[in-house]
Amino acid sequence: MAIKIVVNGQDLEVSVSPMKRLLDVLRQDCYLTGTKEGCGEGECGACSVLVDGEVINSCLVPVCQVEGSEIVTVEGLAENGKLVPVQEAFIKYGAAQCGICIPGMLMAAQALLDSKELSKQTPTRYEIREAIAGNLCRCTGYMKIVDAIEAAALSTLEKK
Amino acid sequence: MNKVYSPKELSEAFQILNSYQPLKIVAGGTDLMVGYNSGMPVPDQLLNLWKLDELRHIDEYPSLLKIGALCTYTQLIKDERVRKYAPTLVDAAKTIGAMQIQNRGTLGGNIVNASPAGDCLPVLAAFDAVIEIGSVRGLRQVPFTDFYTGYRQTVLAEDEMVTNILLPKQKTEESAKFYKVGTRAAQAISKVMMSVRASIDAQKCVKEIAIAVGSVAPTVIRTRLTEMAIRGLIIDESLIATARKEMMEEVRPITDIRSNEHYRRTVSGNLIAKFLRENYLA
Amino acid sequence: MTVGQSVNRKEGRDKVTGAAKYVDDYHFQDIWYGKTVRSTVAHAQITGIEFLAGFDWSTVVLADYRDITSRNIVALIYDDQPLLAESLVRHVYEPILLIAAPTKELAELAAKHVHITYKKLPAVLTIEDSLSAEQKIFGDDNVFKSYTVTRGNVEDAFQSAEVVVEETYHVGHQEQLYIETNGIIATAKSDGTILIQGSMQCPYYVHRAIKELFGLPDEKVVVVQNVTGGGFGGKEEFPSVVAGHAALLAKKCGHPVKIVYERGEDFVASTKRHPAVIRHRTGLTRDGRLIAAEIDLTFDGGAYCTLSPVVLSRGVIHALGPYKCPNIRVTGKVVATNTPPNGAFRGFGVPQACFASEMHMENISRKLDISPVELRRKNMLHQGDYTLTGQQLTYSVGTQQVLDAVLERSDYLARRSHKQPELSNKRYGIGLSFYYHGGGFTGSGEEKIKGQAAVELTAEGTVRILTASTEIGQGTRTIFSQIVAQELGLRPEDVEFEENDTSKVPDSGPTVASRTCMVVGRVVQMAAASLKEEMAKRIASLAQCQASEIQFEGRHLLWQKDGEIISVSFAEAAERCMSRTGFLKTTAQYSSPPGIKWDDVTYSGDAYPVYAYAADVVEVEVDMDTFEVKILKVTTATDVGKAINPTLAEGQIEGGTVQALGYGLFEEVAWKDGKILNNRLTNYIIPTSLDIPDMETVLIENPYPYGPYGAKGIGELPMDGGAPALVAAIADAVGAVVTEIPATPERIMEAMEKLAVEA
Ligand SMILES: Cc1cc2nc3c(=O)[nH]c(=O)nc-3n(C[C@H](O)[C@H](O)[C@H](O)COP(=O)(O)OP(=O)(O)OC[C@H]3O[C@@H](n4cnc5c(N)ncnc54)[C@H](O)[C@@H]3O)c2cc1C
Ligand code: FES
Ligand code: FES
Repeated sequence: MAIKIVVNGQDLEVSVSPMKRLLDVLRQDCYLTGTKEGCGEGECGACSVLVDGEVINSCLVPVCQVEGSEIVTVEGLAENGKLVPVQEAFIKYGAAQCGICIPGMLMAAQALLDSKELSKQTPTRYEIREAIAGNLCRCTGYMKIVDAIEAAALSTLEKK
Repeated sequence: MNKVYSPKELSEAFQILNSYQPLKIVAGGTDLMVGYNSGMPVPDQLLNLWKLDELRHIDEYPSLLKIGALCTYTQLIKDERVRKYAPTLVDAAKTIGAMQIQNRGTLGGNIVNASPAGDCLPVLAAFDAVIEIGSVRGLRQVPFTDFYTGYRQTVLAEDEMVTNILLPKQKTEESAKFYKVGTRAAQAISKVMMSVRASIDAQKCVKEIAIAVGSVAPTVIRTRLTEMAIRGLIIDESLIATARKEMMEEVRPITDIRSNEHYRRTVSGNLIAKFLRENYLA
Repeated sequence: MTVGQSVNRKEGRDKVTGAAKYVDDYHFQDIWYGKTVRSTVAHAQITGIEFLAGFDWSTVVLADYRDITSRNIVALIYDDQPLLAESLVRHVYEPILLIAAPTKELAELAAKHVHITYKKLPAVLTIEDSLSAEQKIFGDDNVFKSYTVTRGNVEDAFQSAEVVVEETYHVGHQEQLYIETNGIIATAKSDGTILIQGSMQCPYYVHRAIKELFGLPDEKVVVVQNVTGGGFGGKEEFPSVVAGHAALLAKKCGHPVKIVYERGEDFVASTKRHPAVIRHRTGLTRDGRLIAAEIDLTFDGGAYCTLSPVVLSRGVIHALGPYKCPNIRVTGKVVATNTPPNGAFRGFGVPQACFASEMHMENISRKLDISPVELRRKNMLHQGDYTLTGQQLTYSVGTQQVLDAVLERSDYLARRSHKQPELSNKRYGIGLSFYYHGGGFTGSGEEKIKGQAAVELTAEGTVRILTASTEIGQGTRTIFSQIVAQELGLRPEDVEFEENDTSKVPDSGPTVASRTCMVVGRVVQMAAASLKEEMAKRIASLAQCQASEIQFEGRHLLWQKDGEIISVSFAEAAERCMSRTGFLKTTAQYSSPPGIKWDDVTYSGDAYPVYAYAADVVEVEVDMDTFEVKILKVTTATDVGKAINPTLAEGQIEGGTVQALGYGLFEEVAWKDGKILNNRLTNYIIPTSLDIPDMETVLIENPYPYGPYGAKGIGELPMDGGAPALVAAIADAVGAVVTEIPATPERIMEAMEKLAVEA
C-alpha cells in the first residue's frame, strides 16, 4: 500500500503494509536510523518523534495512522547543520552519555519548548521532568538532561 | 497484507463494522500495538478510528459532559470544561503513561480495553457514567457499571463500537478524589486505584457516597457494601475504622507480579480512610 | 589547561543529531538475521529436537553445537559454559539452536516450528537449595568459589564485646537495562577471517572468545566496537555469547549475520547482578567501637560460573565498608543454581556488600542509640589505617572530607531533627551512607593484564590515541583526549581516536572495574609523555638545543635560542619529526605503583592501588496510607582524586546514584520455576525522571599520586551507596528497618506490621 507522509519537511511515499510501525518505516524505508528502539512497547520513549507537533512513540503507531501527517525526527531538528538550542544545550551540559535515549529525549524536549503555554515563560524543572517522564535514560540520572532543557528553554524564550 | 479501513465519517465506520467481520478496531493503538509488537498476530482486517473527528468532541450539557470516545488524555487534561466539571478524570488522565501515551491513548480505548487496571475506569464508575454505543442499528446507552460482563469482557456486540461517554458533572457540593497507587511516579500500571465521590454536609454527615476501586477484582468495581456502611453517617474515628474494615472485606484482590493481595487489601482500606479523614479535617 | 575543564563530549554532536551509528543502524545488502532457540526448562536432558512440518526448512540455515569447530565454550574463567547446549540444559533460556534467515520474520517463524523435548531433572532454584547440596549441579557442594579473609582473633574479641548486633540482609537480581539491547553483526570472510562488530565493552574479550570457538590465530579474528548504547557491565562478558552465535551462523550461511535482541529476549538471555544473602554479626563496645565482626556472604552465581569468583572477591573485600575492625572474619561463597548465569554489573559485588554493611550500621546505631554520624566517625578509616585485607592506606584517603561535605551540604544534622508534618499521613526521613570502592582490578589483576595504549602523530600534524578502552557513554574519548592534549599542549579537539578495532588498537584491558580513567588513562598519559619526549629529542637535534628546554604550549613547541623565543607549531613540528621515519608512535604499558603487595592465597595485602570514597544523604517522604516512597532530595560527596572533566564526573555519579536508587526502590526480577515473569520495561521498573529529584553532587579532590593528574576510578562507586542511604531514610521515617531490597511499599508495610507486632 502506498502511503504519503511528510518527514522532516520532505514529501515521501512509502509502499508498505499499513500496519507497519512508523518506527520501522522511518528506519527501514526512509533510512533515518536516528530514531531508536529500546523496548517496542511504548515504555522507553527512544522511538519518540513528533507527529503534527505532538510527541508520540513511533513503535506504537501504525503508519496508516500518519498518512498525510508531518513527522519530525531527530535528523530534522537541525537546519542545514545548524543545531537548535536544545541540541546545543545537550552538548554543553553533558546531557548525552551513551546517547541511545537522546534522539527520543530531544523530541520530547522540543515538544515542550514548542508548546504554546510556554511561549511566555520557561517551564519549571518539574514540568520538564513531566515532559520527559516517558523517556527512560539509564545513564544520566536525568539531572544534566533537565539542566540542558531548562537552559534551552531560557535561550528559546529570549529569542522569542 | 492487512486491510485497514480508515473512515472519516461515523456512519461509514458503522457500515464497515457491519460488512467486514472479523474486524479489529484500532483507536490510539497504545494497547493494541504493544500486543502486536510482542508477537500477537495482527488481524487481517482492521478499522482505524483515528480519522473520525466526529468522536473528538467534548460537549457540555446542563448536568453532564459528552465526551467523544476518541478524545486523548492530553485533550481531556487541557479541556476547560473537563477540568471544571470532571477534575478527577483529569487527575486520572494525568497519571496515565507519560506524554507520548497521553497524546495518543484514548478514553474509548481505555474503556474497551477493559483492563482491571485502566485508570479512568474508577472515575467513570464512581460518577455513574453512561456509555453510548453505536452501530448500523443505531445508538444505545449502557450504564458504565453494567458495561463489563467479566474479566476483559464487555457488552459490545461484534458490530458495535463506543461512540461517546456521558459523564455527569461533579456538583459544587460534592467532594471527589482519585487515588492511584502505581509501581512508580510515571509510566506506571496501578496496583490499586480508587475514585470516590461524596456529598458531605457541614455536620460532616456523608449524605451520598460512591466508591469505585480498580486493580482489586477482575473488573473495576463499585464497593456498594462499603458505601452503605458510610452513607448517612457522620464522619468520626469509628466511622473511619468501619469504612476501612468494610473496604478490606469487600475487595477481592489477587497476588501478581505488581503487588500482593495483602498489600492491595490494606491499601484499599487505607485509601477510603484517607478520603474520610481528609474530609473530616477539611 | 584542559584537564579539570568540562569540555564538551567528543562525540556529542553525533549523539544529538542522530548521526551516531549503533549496531542496529548498519544495513548490508546481503545480510541475514539470526535467531536463538532457547531452553524452556531449568534443568533437563534434551531428548529430541523436532523440526515441524508446515515450514520450508530449505529457506533457513540451522546451527547447533556440532558446528563449533574447536571448543564449545564461552571462554572466561572456568570455561564451563557451552556456547550452545549439547545434551544437558542447566537453566531456562539456555541457547540450544541457532537459525539464520534472510528476514527477521522468517527466522522468528522458523523458531516457532522447532519443538524440543526434554527429560526433566530436579532443578536447584534458590541459594538455600543450592547450599543444602541435596541436588548436586556443580562439584560436590555446588560452590563455584569461596574465600575467607581473617584478621586478628575474632572469637576472643566477641568474648569481650559489650554489645553484639546480628542481622541478615537480602538483595535480589538487578538488570543492567542499558537502553540499547545487545547486538552483533558477524561476517565470515573467504580467507577464514571472522569479522565482528557490535555493541560491547571489551572487544578483546570477544576476540578471545571467537578464537577459542574456532581455533583461530589472533589475526584471523577482527572485532570492532560500534557506538554502544550503555553497558554497565552487562556488555562486559555477555557479547561474547551473541558474537559466537552470530559468527557460527555467518560461517554456515555465507552471509553477514545480524543478531539484535528485542527487549524481552535481552532481558532473559543476558546476565544480571548476583542476588545475595549476607549475614553480619558485630561485636562492639557500648560506646560504638567495632571490635569484632563476622560477615558471611553467599552469592547466587546461576548455572555457569561466568565472572562470579571475581565478583564475589570484590564483595568480600568490601564487606566491612570503610571502617576499622581489628578482629574480623569474612567468608564468602558463590553457589550454582539452575537459573540464568549472573555476571558483571557496575559495582561488581560491592552494591550487595555495601547494602548489608551500611544497613547494619543503621541497625547498630539504633540498637546502641548512637547517631549514624557518630558511629561512622568513631570507626572510619583514616590515612595510615589498615583495611580488612591488611592494606595500609597511605594516600588519597578522603573519608572525613566526604562525610563532612555531605553532612554540610545536605544540612543533615538540622534536618534529622526535622519535625514530622502534623495532621498529614506522610512521614519525613533522612538517611546516610558512607562507602568506598577500589579502583582497577583486584589484587594482582592489573599486573596480569598489563594494559597497553599508544599515541601517534597523524599526517595532519595532530595526535591519535590507540586504545581498546571503549566509549560506552562514560566519557573515555573525552577524558583521554583531555589527558593527551594536556600533556602535549594541545586542545582536546586536536586529538583523535583510532577506530576501536582489535586489528588496529593494542589491548588496553577490558573497559570495566573503574579502571578506564585511572589505569588506562595513566597509560595513555605515559604514552603521550613518551611521544613528547621523542618529539623534543628530534626537534632538539634539528634546532640544536637541549630536548629538556623545549616546552609544549598553546599548540606550539617553544624554546629559547640566544635569548630569543623560537616557536614552531605542533603540526609543523610533527611533520619534521616524521620526515625521516614517516610516522611516530609511542606505546606504554601499565605497571603497578611502587610497593604494592598482594597475596592471592591468604587474600591479604594491597587489594587495590587506591580507593575512591563517597557519602550519600537521601531524604524521603513515606505515605503512611500507601507506603509509597517519594525521594525528596539526594546529596552526594565523592572523593574522585581529580576530576579530569567535572561535568562528566558528575554525570557518572548522578547516573550511578539513580541506578542505585532504583535498586533500593523497585528493581526486582520476579521468578517462577526458573522463568522470569517480568522481562519487559512495563513490569521491570526503573526510575523515570519523575521518580528522582534534583541532586546535589559535591566533588572532592584528593589526588592519587599514580593516577592521571591524580584521578581515581569512580565509574562504579556511585552504584554502591544509594540503596542503603535510601532504606536508612525510610527507616528514619517509619521506624522499621527493611532488610531486603528493593524496599517496595509491600516490604515497608510488612516491616511496619512486624514492628507493631513486636511492640
Ligand atoms: C507505555 C504505556 C503506558 C500506559 N499507561 C497506562 C496507565 O497508566 N493507565 C492506563 O489506564 N492505561 C495505560 N496504558 C494503556 C493505554 O494507553 C490506555 O488503555 C489507552 O487508553 C488505550 O487507548 P487507545 O486508543 O490507545 O486504545 P487501542 O490500543 O487503540 O485499543 C484498545 C482496545 O480498545 C478497542 N477500542 C478502542 N476504541 C474503541 C471504540 N471506540 N469502540 C470499540 N472498541 C474500541 C480496541 O479494539 C482494543 O481492543 C499504557 C500503555 C502504554 C503503552
Ligand atoms: S521503542 Fe518505542 S517506546 Fe521504547
Ligand atoms: S544517555 Fe544512555 S540511556 Fe540516556
